[in-house]
Amino acid sequence: MVNLALAWAEQYQMLNSDVNISVSGGGSGTGITSLINGTTDLANASRELKPIEYEEAVKNGVLPQEIVVARDAIAVIVNPSNPVGELTLLQISSIYKGEINNWKEVGGDDLQIVRLSRETNSGTHVYFLETVIRLGDFEDKSIFSPTTLLLPSSEGIISEVRDNPHAIGYDGLGYITDEVKMVAVAKDPKSPYIIPSVNTVNNNQYPISRDLYIYTNKNSEVYINKYISWILSSEAQDIVLELGFVPIIAGD
Amino acid sequence: MDTLFTHVRKKSKTEFIITRIIQFSGYLSILYVSLISLFLIKEGFPAIYSVPFDSVFGKYWYPIESYFSIWPLILGSITVMIGATIVAVPLGIGTGIYISEITPQWAKEFLKPLVEILAGVPSVVLGFIGIQVIVPFIRESFNLPTGLTAFTGSILLGWAAIPTIVSITEDSLNTVPGSYRQASLALGATPWQTIWGATLPAARSGVITAVMLGIGRVIGETMTVMMVTGNAPVVPQGFQAIFAPVRTMTATIASEMGEVATGSVHYQMLFLIGIILFLFSLIINIVAYLVSFRIVKRSERLLS
Repeated sequence: MVNLALAWAEQYQMLNSDVNISVSGGGSGTGITSLINGTTDLANASRELKPIEYEEAVKNGVLPQEIVVARDAIAVIVNPSNPVGELTLLQISSIYKGEINNWKEVGGDDLQIVRLSRETNSGTHVYFLETVIRLGDFEDKSIFSPTTLLLPSSEGIISEVRDNPHAIGYDGLGYITDEVKMVAVAKDPKSPYIIPSVNTVNNNQYPISRDLYIYTNKNSEVYINKYISWILSSEAQDIVLELGFVPIIAGD
Repeated sequence: MDTLFTHVRKKSKTEFIITRIIQFSGYLSILYVSLISLFLIKEGFPAIYSVPFDSVFGKYWYPIESYFSIWPLILGSITVMIGATIVAVPLGIGTGIYISEITPQWAKEFLKPLVEILAGVPSVVLGFIGIQVIVPFIRESFNLPTGLTAFTGSILLGWAAIPTIVSITEDSLNTVPGSYRQASLALGATPWQTIWGATLPAARSGVITAVMLGIGRVIGETMTVMMVTGNAPVVPQGFQAIFAPVRTMTATIASEMGEVATGSVHYQMLFLIGIILFLFSLIINIVAYLVSFRIVKRSERLLS
């Protein structure tokens, strides 16, 4: 969600010339670690704070406060030449666990599946692990197949899926370009297959969607709280829509 | 007489100060290296106690679920290193020989700066070229499921190592006395026999140093491998592993260090990987040193 944070910061600085916001990327873990260590005022995260991180923050004198600032959907993508257009959550889970290894097992061509994922420091990676691979079951300890390629950037995933008919990947809806094909996803075989879009996320039809957070210190300065309330305004939420994420107030 | 004396004294005083400054900067680099090693050991050594020894040699590296096996990462680095050496050594030494022994002076003045420019290509640019050009090319020409493989990394890292090997090979060939070549040619050897039988063996220590420094460049390279080798922590099996994705030690540290909580087991493991990388380059440097040292010794013996 670094694109979103950057766009917000840019717009806000244009409106308030006395405010100076610097944004750096690196994944949710990076931001949360900086908040814990006190090197940043705001941590944008695409996952919730882990209990152990909360404890560490309190130990360092930071009281993390959670604010939902936008919503995001994770799209599952394949090469445009891949005939597979619909998958259930269970099928995606089996593919990423290494139980399904050929596209013909899910109705495609006789091609070996190449699994792509973001690196482990990405909030998208953790979210996909918990929601899709483990199907939301906290007792489940299955992990990505070790043959999964871990790519350091969204661009890396998009370009490999674009060029490679073997590939399956996933990424935030905001990063998906026209060069790849989005797969329609069903919660279970009986449910309808849904293509992710702003509409299907906001009315909770698309099964792989999540909230995006900003974490601050509870005792933070007035100017930080001002910035947060601006982010929740319709003006800032329009930017969310422009970048391909899902605004939180549109559903109300 | 008096003035001359004071003048000499003054000069030796400045000389004294300059000598001390140079001496100090010399010791400073030793200090840096020892501080870095101390820091690495302090942060990474506790990992030996926090992670059971047999799990270090297990099959999985998946730190967010506490699978801490560094075995696939070590083998991944070695796979890429061997591949890159196979690419870089023949091309690098060949180019070095060509520039030093065969090409005319005007072409030499043109080629040398070009090789140095190649050395200046940032590794992220090399990785970018890799993703856009080499990866699709390798997938199609070898009919592989993916082009993000150890082989792709080897080719790109080979390129990164070639300038180092070329420059040092060329320099060491230049230090071979012209009389060696003249003697060889006078005995009726062809130019090729002269290069292979006289010049190259005389410059052997320099050439081996060139190869070792090239390998050192490969093992420490991070950005390019992270972009093109796929980063899947699989234990490489058999010869065809070169055409499969691997995850190297450097890529692991680079992509995971930003996220990790200071002092955690994962943090210690990343420093342990750092120690292993450090040992790798230490061994490479020691071998390079021993090889050149041994050959100097023998030539001294021959001359005495």
